[in-house]
Amino acid sequence: MEYFVIIIGAVFVNNIIFAQFLGICPFLGVSNKISTATGMGLAVVFVISLATTVTYLVHHYILVPYNIAFMQTVTFILVIAALVQLVEIILKKVAPPLYQALGIFLPLITTNCAVLGVAILVIQKEFNLIQSVVFASATAVGFTLAMILFAGIREHLELMDIPEGMKGMPIALITAGLLSLAFMGFAGLV
Amino acid sequence: MWKELIKGIIKENPSLVLLLGMCPTLGVTTSALNGMGMGMATMFVLALSNVAISLIKNLIPDKVRIPCYIVVIASFVTIVDLSMNAYTPALHAQLGLFIPLIVVNCIILARAEAFASKNNVIMSLMDGIGMGLGFTLSLTLLGGIREILGSGSFFGYKFVSENASTILLFVMPPGAFMALGYLVAVVNKLKKAKA
Repeated sequence: MEYFVIIIGAVFVNNIIFAQFLGICPFLGVSNKISTATGMGLAVVFVISLATTVTYLVHHYILVPYNIAFMQTVTFILVIAALVQLVEIILKKVAPPLYQALGIFLPLITTNCAVLGVAILVIQKEFNLIQSVVFASATAVGFTLAMILFAGIREHLELMDIPEGMKGMPIALITAGLLSLAFMGFAGLV
Repeated sequence: MWKELIKGIIKENPSLVLLLGMCPTLGVTTSALNGMGMGMATMFVLALSNVAISLIKNLIPDKVRIPCYIVVIASFVTIVDLSMNAYTPALHAQLGLFIPLIVVNCIILARAEAFASKNNVIMSLMDGIGMGLGFTLSLTLLGGIREILGSGSFFGYKFVSENASTILLFVMPPGAFMALGYLVAVVNKLKKAKA
């Protein structure tokens, strides 16, 4: 039950994009087509779950015992950057089809603030390891959901007759605002 | 030299024209003061990391330059994080998670890679301050608009009566997207009119 609450909370109520504003750059940048949005979403699910597990362990078994928790930001970003690089190398060798699908998105993920954001959030919320991993994966699923919904709408927007000044980013931002309004309906669910 | 300073303020404004650093732009601008605080913190990191990177640019091997930049940036962010926690605890609590996240603000890495790694110290400092000022201005503007519409105040000074109803939507997440959307539309229109 406890995990169920974490999952619903992370996917719908506190959706990482519509309520917390993390990971907006890829959300606006690679959401032109449903297929690329799905690819990016899956890559993020993979990296966030892995990165949160590793940063959680680093925080509790290295930073805290040696009393250097103030180095959190520097350590986490280095761990994430190294991890993304490692995942890229391993995928290329072990699972070429998966690499083909996710490859181009991986380098972009290092500077995706959702990854660092979630890693810091689970420390702030004082979750244990399993709760952290569940929270991280659920958050990433929420990200994917938002990406796919938004890409679906943007595909239709392409064909619409939009006022000159609103074309491109402005209409995308207002669409995101309306989606965010819809997601506010989930508030109070948990 | 002045050209480097002023280009970031209007012509290459990072958040309204280049559309970089969207997360803090949307996330912290619930009031003008929050927007300004975030802008200043980012400006500080941007200027100092630009200086540091242009100083050490010849020592860094080309292949590992991005990780090096990230470490430099992360160190300055840690300084800002700890100082704000000590001297402006209220603002620090308001901005919360977005302070450590300055590290992954694309503006900073973009300026390091595109400008500081190719130019001398003075130019890099000017570029950092200019870009930072542009970012601060647009965040304060967006924060101001949202604060006026959403809570009927400006920099915390309330100009409507205590129980007047305001457009609460604008201090909530959907309002952030919509206010920024209209602001970018206005900027696009102005850019077209000039061209």
